[in-house]
Amino acid sequence: MFKWLHPYANPEVSYHFCGKLQPWLFSLSALFLGIGLVWALLFAPADYQQGDSFRIFYIHVPAAILAMGIYLAMAIAALSSLVWQLKLADASAAAMAPIGAIFTAIALITGAAWGKPMWGTWWIWDARLTSELILLFLYLGVIALHNAFEDKNLAGKAAGILSLVGVINLPIIHYSVEWWNTLHQGATVSKMGAPSMSAEMYWPFLMCLLGFSLLIAALVCLRFKTEVLARNSMRPWVRELAVNLITQYSPASHNCSNQEAK
Amino acid sequence: MQFSSFTDFINMGGYAFYVWLSYGVSTALIIYLLLSSVSRHKAVLQQISLRQKRELRLRQAAEQNIQEQGLTQPELNDEIIDQMVINATANASVDVANKTINESK
Repeated sequence: MFKWLHPYANPEVSYHFCGKLQPWLFSLSALFLGIGLVWALLFAPADYQQGDSFRIFYIHVPAAILAMGIYLAMAIAALSSLVWQLKLADASAAAMAPIGAIFTAIALITGAAWGKPMWGTWWIWDARLTSELILLFLYLGVIALHNAFEDKNLAGKAAGILSLVGVINLPIIHYSVEWWNTLHQGATVSKMGAPSMSAEMYWPFLMCLLGFSLLIAALVCLRFKTEVLARNSMRPWVRELAVNLITQYSPASHNCSNQEAK
Repeated sequence: MQFSSFTDFINMGGYAFYVWLSYGVSTALIIYLLLSSVSRHKAVLQQISLRQKRELRLRQAAEQNIQEQGLTQPELNDEIIDQMVINATANASVDVANKTINESK
């Protein structure tokens, strides 16, 4: 059933596949983010209670949702690396961690900037905020473990176990607004059934969410390619590729050193 | 269009500081992520190609050594050259490989 997937376990095939996807993902994300953010800032209506501060929502919520989404993807990659010893899964988990950390930071900072005018405080040790902060620390821990070992297989194992343990935080973040009395408002878009917001606000939100998802996918492709190169740096195809690409980036300096070598 | 003028738009109904702080910080973080990802990719490629240049230099040095020592038997030549290159590059390569992975982080 999954036989079509097998060639992608080859680093070279995966590398070129990501290379083909990457420009499409970057241009589509620019398109959707452009539409979504202009719509959110200029055309979406102001909230009847929160006024124009509601426009922070169009960054805050996609960033928070995607921060959790990347974590889940990273944990699945870690699981497949631990169970099936897929080296490429380690590379993709290492590629995703910094992106997830940045989006968690964006969710926290925009949340603080939204909380100040609405709640009167930048930060409160509330269940939702605290569990989101723990998500940031989990990401930082995973990044640190990936860098802590010379042996990348060992590093992948250690980071993978941490990411799997950290999965418990995801339902805690999601249900924190229901389980505890928090200052954070309840779910609006990720509720089962119809979202509790008007279409005029929902559509620009969907555009932003799609744009950010595509941007993340593009970044994962780019960082995954880097990880594959670094982990396979002794392979002939990587060596050939590196020489060709460096020649493209800086033909002049390469020619000089070539002549020196001759 | 929700705003009647450009000043009105910048003012964001009195929430200018918070809205533009959010959008500004998010943009800055994403641009940082983009630039660091691109530069890391280039750095890894650079390191891999630099190592090849170094291996080439080591190989040439090994060949020169052999010529100076007068070992010119054709049947021995390739083996000796290869052995010398392997000896010379083995440690260097392992160091560089580890360095490539670690520095690229």
